[in-house]
Amino acid sequence: MQTKPSLSDTPATLVSTRNLTGITEYDPSEYTFTALAGTPVSTIKKALAEKGQYLPCDPLLGNAGATLGGAIASGLSGPDRFRYGGLRDFLLGIQFIGGSGSLHRSGGKVVKNSAGFDLPKFFVGSLGRFGILTEVTFKVFPSPPGSLTLKVPCTSPEEATRIIIHSASSRWELEALDYHPSHSALYLKIAGPLTAVKSLAKEIQTTLPGTSIHEPDIWNSLLELTLFNNSKSVVKVPVTPKLITPLESALKHLPETTACYSVGGNLTLIGTSDLHALSRTLAELNLQGMTIQSPAGSPLWPGKTTSTAIYSALKSTLDPDNRFPSL
Amino acid sequence: MDKSFQAAIDDLRTILPPDRLLLDNSHLAAYESDGLTSFRARPKAVVVPESTDEVVAIVRWCHSYKVPFVARGSGTSLSGGSLPVEDGIVITLNRLNRILELDHEERIAIVEPGVINLDVTKAASPHGLHYAPDPSSQTICTIGGNIAFNSGGAHCLKYGMTSNHVLGMKVVLATGEVVEFGGRSREHIGPDYTGLFCGSEGLFGIALEITLRLLPTAETYHTVLVGYHSLEAAGDAVSAVIDAGLLPGALEIMDALAIEAAEAAVACGYPEGAEAVLIVELEGPREKVEAEKEQLEAILAKTNPFATRVATNQADRLFIWKGRKSAFSAVGRLSPDFIVQDGVVPRSRLGEALRRIDEMSLETGIRVANVFHAGDGNLHPLILFDGTEEGGLERAEELAGRILTMCTEMGGSITGEHGVGVEKKEYLNQMFQTHDIALMENIRQAFDPALISNPGKMFPGSEAPSLTQTGLHPLEKAGLISRE
Repeated sequence: MQTKPSLSDTPATLVSTRNLTGITEYDPSEYTFTALAGTPVSTIKKALAEKGQYLPCDPLLGNAGATLGGAIASGLSGPDRFRYGGLRDFLLGIQFIGGSGSLHRSGGKVVKNSAGFDLPKFFVGSLGRFGILTEVTFKVFPSPPGSLTLKVPCTSPEEATRIIIHSASSRWELEALDYHPSHSALYLKIAGPLTAVKSLAKEIQTTLPGTSIHEPDIWNSLLELTLFNNSKSVVKVPVTPKLITPLESALKHLPETTACYSVGGNLTLIGTSDLHALSRTLAELNLQGMTIQSPAGSPLWPGKTTSTAIYSALKSTLDPDNRFPSL
Repeated sequence: MDKSFQAAIDDLRTILPPDRLLLDNSHLAAYESDGLTSFRARPKAVVVPESTDEVVAIVRWCHSYKVPFVARGSGTSLSGGSLPVEDGIVITLNRLNRILELDHEERIAIVEPGVINLDVTKAASPHGLHYAPDPSSQTICTIGGNIAFNSGGAHCLKYGMTSNHVLGMKVVLATGEVVEFGGRSREHIGPDYTGLFCGSEGLFGIALEITLRLLPTAETYHTVLVGYHSLEAAGDAVSAVIDAGLLPGALEIMDALAIEAAEAAVACGYPEGAEAVLIVELEGPREKVEAEKEQLEAILAKTNPFATRVATNQADRLFIWKGRKSAFSAVGRLSPDFIVQDGVVPRSRLGEALRRIDEMSLETGIRVANVFHAGDGNLHPLILFDGTEEGGLERAEELAGRILTMCTEMGGSITGEHGVGVEKKEYLNQMFQTHDIALMENIRQAFDPALISNPGKMFPGSEAPSLTQTGLHPLEKAGLISRE
């Protein structure tokens, strides 16, 4: 079962890693674990939680069945990645089957390592086009003792942008900072020792009038993409806070299109019924997107695209016999 | 200088004026070495570009004449990463030192490769922001060098290394292709080329413009200096802090010899008689630090310290750090020469690793001072020797090698942050199998088919290609020149 079907919507034999599951090494004291690539994200989260730890990169679609390998290949990190970083910042090492059929290793199993090229990072977002991940090692962090979710009303993208910019530089150390235009609201998450969390929440309520405490299940709507249940297509677009207003403006002209701005305005997820129109809009704004879910045959890279000689050179190096599809 | 190279240089003269194309031995001598001072190599020329366009033109010149090049920032590499290639040129990037843009609202800085690491934080701090990677050489080292070696520092456990703070870059690859990776966003789609380029040790090309992410500076710090009567106790204290679920900004340990050196150098006033000191630093909003420091106090009390000092203000805090930050250079007072080693072991095996280093030190009679990033298991044994003593360097290098082997045996790494460079290329096969190294060599060739970008580094058995090798020079082959 695929949680991000568009990423493998290309003529190819599907090799399922569904049975390649299991945690092979986990020492909470080392802040690392190693697991087979087909291990579900939800299995990992549970095992980590039992030891008071978590994955700060917050991979998407865990409940829907996403696996570690799929998370890495898709590069889809969720709201909580705002605090410490995404999948690329927590992946330490990989084992993968390369284009020649050999089993390769890159990176390492300790939290600090500078030896060799950082292929693990390269694999994040590479959609399985350079190899099949078989085993992966991640860095984890201790879970904060407590957390609170706050809802901040805002009436316009301009106001949301101002709040995002201010909050992201504040002393609050937000875990997550998302803007849902369809709710006319932002959602903030703070975490840490409970006394601290409560005190910070009070300050946020004073600084941002109208702020209220909210149920944490709001994060799932983005984490599991249920926000876009009625959308024909869902697209990821990397952005920056100052692009929120122009993008919102442009998206207004598209039918049945709704966006959510996650990770402090760095990650937009857009649901739409007209992917081609969205693609043109993105291109006009000089943005590039990646389709996560869409009917078969839809474009994978809506928006502006670029091609480079180095991509071709690396593709033919890592996959000389063209065993894997191209990007 | 031979005639064929002369012709190539004449072409280079159309790109650079004489005062920025150094050919004189007296000028070249200054570039013969970097932080790995036991290795020296004199390049054929040193070029001093002042713009991105010049750098691109120089790299393209190198590519067309197949001249090896070594990009160099401040030359502080401890693994010989910027050691020149004798038959090639050094491209020094210090004049590309502009901060092109600092957007405090989007919290990014776009910088040229010659910008000094600490200068990024200096520019960001009026906005309450800072650039997190802080290698101890940060007052001198450049961002370009940091990119090449994925430089670390004392805050890596919580904040990661250079690569985790680079959002994008414009680079000129060794082929001469100018390409942009990543961008201004914290997120990316498609393969992470930026991530692949960081830590590639100058083997792919030269970064021209780098987009860095800036973080809000913490509101409060709580810095504690703890004295222990044994290195083991200090190591155990680190485990206790980690196992309690605290995530300090920094966790550093120095042993007695390193403390002695630091005291002599900067009079840091560390607890007298300490076999080891531990520096723990919490940071964050004041409420969080208040709560966590109580937790920390309780944890440390159980670890049997004999002295505890808490910084009560910023001056205190900087003073505590002074000793640690000065350690590498301070050790130079204890010994005419020393090797700065860099290795990683799983953090929970730190105590064991230090015991084994101590045993090796006693066995060989070579003194080793230990300084390390205890939170992430990154050791820096400082191996003291006297270069004037016959075999002194060789024995010290042998000990350095044994320590690296120990690291890989324990499942760690041959390098935490200094990179492989020249120093450790023969150890790469302790960490990676032959076919994995071959794959890396192939990846390198995708970026640098002519093997001219910082050749002779990182890969075992690699030699820098030489213009004087047998066979005709490319210009001769093209019939443009001939030797008399």
